Amino acid sequence: MSNHPFSHLDALESEAIHIMREVAAECANPVLLFSGGKDSIVLLRLAEKAFRPGRFPFPLMHIDTGHNFPEVIAFRDHRVKELGERLIVRSMEDSIKKGRVVLRSETQSRNAFQSVTLLDAIAEFKFDACIGGARRDEEKARAKERIFSFRDEFGQWDPKNQRPELWDIYNTRTHPGENIRVFPISNWTELDVWEYIAREQLEVPEIYFAHTREVIRRAAGLLPVSHLVQPQAGEKTEHIVVRFRTVGDMSCTCPVESNAANVNEVIVETAMTRITERGATRMDDQTSDASMELRKKEGYF
Amino acid sequence: MSAAEKISFDQTGLLRFITAGSVDDGKSTLIGRLLHDSKSIFEDQLTSITNTTRKRGAEGVDLSLLTDGLQAEREQGITIDVAYRYFATLKRKFIIADTPGHEQYTRNMVTGASTANLAIILIDARKGVLTQSRRHAYLASLVGIPHLVVAINKMDLVDYSQAVFDKIRKEFSVFAEKLNLRNIAYIPMSALNGDMVVERGDHLNWYQGSTLMDLLETVSIEDDINREDFRFPVQWVCRPQTKELHDFRGYMGRIESGSVRTGDAVTVLPSGLSSRIKEILVYEGPVDEAFAPQSVTLTIEDHLDISRGDMLVKTGDTPQVTKAFDAMLCWLSEQPLDLNRKYLIKQTTRVVKSVISRIDYRVDVNTMAQETASALKMNDIAYVGLKVQLPLVCDDYAGNRATGCFIIIDESSNNTVAAGMILPAEGSA
Repeated sequence: MSNHPFSHLDALESEAIHIMREVAAECANPVLLFSGGKDSIVLLRLAEKAFRPGRFPFPLMHIDTGHNFPEVIAFRDHRVKELGERLIVRSMEDSIKKGRVVLRSETQSRNAFQSVTLLDAIAEFKFDACIGGARRDEEKARAKERIFSFRDEFGQWDPKNQRPELWDIYNTRTHPGENIRVFPISNWTELDVWEYIAREQLEVPEIYFAHTREVIRRAAGLLPVSHLVQPQAGEKTEHIVVRFRTVGDMSCTCPVESNAANVNEVIVETAMTRITERGATRMDDQTSDASMELRKKEGYF
Repeated sequence: MSAAEKISFDQTGLLRFITAGSVDDGKSTLIGRLLHDSKSIFEDQLTSITNTTRKRGAEGVDLSLLTDGLQAEREQGITIDVAYRYFATLKRKFIIADTPGHEQYTRNMVTGASTANLAIILIDARKGVLTQSRRHAYLASLVGIPHLVVAINKMDLVDYSQAVFDKIRKEFSVFAEKLNLRNIAYIPMSALNGDMVVERGDHLNWYQGSTLMDLLETVSIEDDINREDFRFPVQWVCRPQTKELHDFRGYMGRIESGSVRTGDAVTVLPSGLSSRIKEILVYEGPVDEAFAPQSVTLTIEDHLDISRGDMLVKTGDTPQVTKAFDAMLCWLSEQPLDLNRKYLIKQTTRVVKSVISRIDYRVDVNTMAQETASALKMNDIAYVGLKVQLPLVCDDYAGNRATGCFIIIDESSNNTVAAGMILPAEGSA
């Protein structure tokens, strides 16, 4: 009989399963947000662990900015099919057509505007809880957020007026029109996520691993060349070996130079890295010290 | 995990701790030092706080800025709420609940302490044991934090004097005895210079004990969970009703304490009906045995009416099933307690209506004196009696943290207004 230490991943996993079951039991109409990114891939495995052999007691939903990496969308559809669960897609294109979102230009980052489409979808389906893959280690505004994060009718987060969260007894109550964002992997770090992906042998989109890509080198980082990002006058493109640490809006998600070609190499790189995940890869978080906090107050995840 | 593997908790890989103290005691500097010396600070964070230090007209790097989260806090130089920080060494992963020391202190510390294995109480070596140190120790004992570290900081400002350290240690331990606090470690340190935090430094050679980091990495937290009494509150009943699993009824939940094996005789509470464990299922397949705090699915031999809010326990080892009990209450809301109102209690997976039938006394957290009270306002701690509409299945908090704690919810605002810790029933203590 071998001795199996109760590892930090076991503890985090059990906590997340407990959280998901509380949502299923106490919320009238929850939904799980699945983008095809690594954090929400982990959420899907946790949901399997929480509810199999039953079906998920909630649908999956993706807020499609229209600026997603095609590899990620293909992965999303493949994974949903494999699970046999229901996926709802609401796209920002529709919000733009309806005049709910007004962009300055076609190529502008759409990250911040996801909130509009998300809030419209919440209203359409009357969701009272949205399970998401945000982590407290991502950003300093998130470090103060509860696992069950309460939002008012406008989807706003009020950091000064959060419900105290004690032990692991979660207050899931809402008034009609309000909703709760639930973050089962709040206590996970980027490294925990990759270690879990390795342990569970989870498939992730290929763009998380080293590949050759055409990029433009700008002050803030490397930008992937696509129909949304083209070199400006005087800029050159180059082909280098990169990988993505996050997969968001194609116009503002920067890859990092890396030779990590598989999960284990990514774990080593993540353990050694000296730059935070968002600092390295998200231009929209670099505009001010409080960018994430401001977006969240407006209903961003 | 295969059935042949046995789980060992002596290498538990996750430690949650809380730091109690004010900015003046060097709390933020200590956290910054732990993160910095364990190489958990990233370069862009370091650049950002270096810039902020400069903007404020200071030199160098103010490590305390690392723990400032929100815009209002950075502007006003205050901390609003509990913030969670993460770092890892090769031995363990750590979660710090960082609670600020201003007027909402009691509420924030109780919140942060509720999930902690360990509390670090910071004492300024120049000032010794202050009223606030006693308050921190009292709150740590109230919430039942299993391990306590008294960090006697700023030793550099008292010439690293052993006599100063010994005097503070003696004074604190006399006080701690009254509170029934055990497992206390005393560590002299200078968070500013890094002595005895991660590195030993050159100044405290008279001190033979562990550095703070050594202690955090090695303290045994195996027994922080009650390992004796099997308690399994049902969260969710799984009934797939598919062709292959037509009659499957799985009871899903987390083992809050103790352990369970297939074949064990179990009683369902509050109904009192009995059966035996048929299967213990995890995603990977069936296992023979499972332990707290694992999340599992249980099936039983008989068809019983079991739903969310019920608790499975081992037959012969049953908790209280009660409609009236006493508790220590910490009031968390700006809206004071109204003795005429009904409130909701959430305890394990049960939600029931309740009234607070009496307030025996309120505790002055600075002197521990008991005072009479007819109302409770934010940050008050009191001994109260409660009545509930439907029975709770519970243990006393000192014996079982997981089944002895509850929260109170105001049904009109939906806010969490109080935290409660159940006291032993009359005559059973």
